[in-house]
Amino acid sequence: MQVPPGAIDCDIHPAVPNLAALLPYLDEHWREIVLLRGMDELNSISYPLTAPTSCRPDWRPASGKPGASLQRLREEALDPFQNSIAICNCLYGVQLLFSEDLAAAFCRAINDWMVAEWLDHEPRLRASIIIPVQNPQMAVDEIERCAKDPRFVQVLMLAGADMPLGKRHYWPIYAAAERHRLPIGIHAGSNYHNPPTAVGWPSTYVEDYVAQSQSFQTQLTSLICEGVFSRHPDLKVVMLESGVAWVPAHMWRLTKYWRGLRMEIPWVDRSPDEILRSNIRFSLQPFDAPPDSAGLNRVFEHMQSDKLVLFSTDYPHWQFAGRDAMPDGLSAELVRRIAIDNPLETYARLGEMVR
Amino acid sequence: MSRHVVANVDEIPPGTRKLVTVKGRPIAIFNLAGEFYGLFNKCPHQGGSLCDGVVTGLLQSSQPGSFSYSRQGEIIRCPWHGWEFDIRTGQSYCDPGRIMTKSYNVDVLPGTQVVEGPFVAETVPVRVEDDYVIVDV
Repeated sequence: MQVPPGAIDCDIHPAVPNLAALLPYLDEHWREIVLLRGMDELNSISYPLTAPTSCRPDWRPASGKPGASLQRLREEALDPFQNSIAICNCLYGVQLLFSEDLAAAFCRAINDWMVAEWLDHEPRLRASIIIPVQNPQMAVDEIERCAKDPRFVQVLMLAGADMPLGKRHYWPIYAAAERHRLPIGIHAGSNYHNPPTAVGWPSTYVEDYVAQSQSFQTQLTSLICEGVFSRHPDLKVVMLESGVAWVPAHMWRLTKYWRGLRMEIPWVDRSPDEILRSNIRFSLQPFDAPPDSAGLNRVFEHMQSDKLVLFSTDYPHWQFAGRDAMPDGLSAELVRRIAIDNPLETYARLGEMVR
Repeated sequence: MSRHVVANVDEIPPGTRKLVTVKGRPIAIFNLAGEFYGLFNKCPHQGGSLCDGVVTGLLQSSQPGSFSYSRQGEIIRCPWHGWEFDIRTGQSYCDPGRIMTKSYNVDVLPGTQVVEGPFVAETVPVRVEDDYVIVDV
């Protein structure tokens, strides 16, 4: 099914073509460090360049990284879907770095690069703030620096981090995000300081990618149980590229055990599934759900809300064919909510005037 | 509805409870510092015997990391899955609007009134000089 015109794509991935592209945006010291150390790319095992899922065949460039060309992004991700807005979530391995200072320098460079090379050239684009999650105070500084530009509409983190994201260690980030009406976007991926599964390192990419939903489940549980939404009731968290169909089953489980074990976490004074419906959202692609219309709609019934899912293409990753970014069998009303209303209600800054 | 003599007051000292059966219904009688309350003794979740649960207090929190404990002795926690119920009302903590166990009115009356009736007291011998626990069922 196609998306209606004017949709808001909540997850696209412009790519840093190579490290050299960031050099103009690094200050002199860090530019010299990069050159002296002979730093190459900040690659992780996420999204291997030639993996089929990393780029749709018809979107794959003859050479270089998918998603690195603004012109192609216009022609492939914006125009065909008649999107009104698309949110850029730049995935570049800054989270892997162990130096807080180097990570902060790269984050500043990426955010400035995003403004200069993408946002300033294409009025339909918005972006997430990339933060040096290695040091929450430095992350807050970067949020404060970037939040002045209303085209930054979200703060981006990865599903795999050094510790569960609900821990108080990270709370300054959430306070800053709430203060600036920026949702926290948690994207599939990891700094790979921990195995991507709870049982150790898998052998293959398919295992890693499928296991991302485990990480999302753990982060969702951590954010709720540690009381992030008790402390920051207006904070929205968007799970990006998380998959969706696991959500009802996981919430049944979490809510069931909260009923009997809530004395451990008395600040969770609402049912976890209620907190999920008020504070947590999920991007559409990759959509994993029953292939038939009846089963598909049953998943949405189980979520007990039509407000949880936000339209995304996940450009340039390969999640669907042609323009059929929306699963077949949804009502026109639900499609409109997913494509337009839900993103607008989630991203407070999208409604603001752009300078 | 009828009034049933279920115990001599001395059988249920403050802070204790007793399981009784009235009209075939299991009812847990609680003595909270001299005030008596009755709850249907099957947890609405899966039927656990509430009377066998841990008596605790109300744990609340103003923010993560703060623990505020009050009403000690007034909450019963089901022994099977830990769901908490307010002994005074039968309401659950987890979903007080929808999940509750039936609460029965419990009174204490002197034997002089009990012998006048109309009360059902098949199993509790009544003496005028004692006080009795009465349940409306």
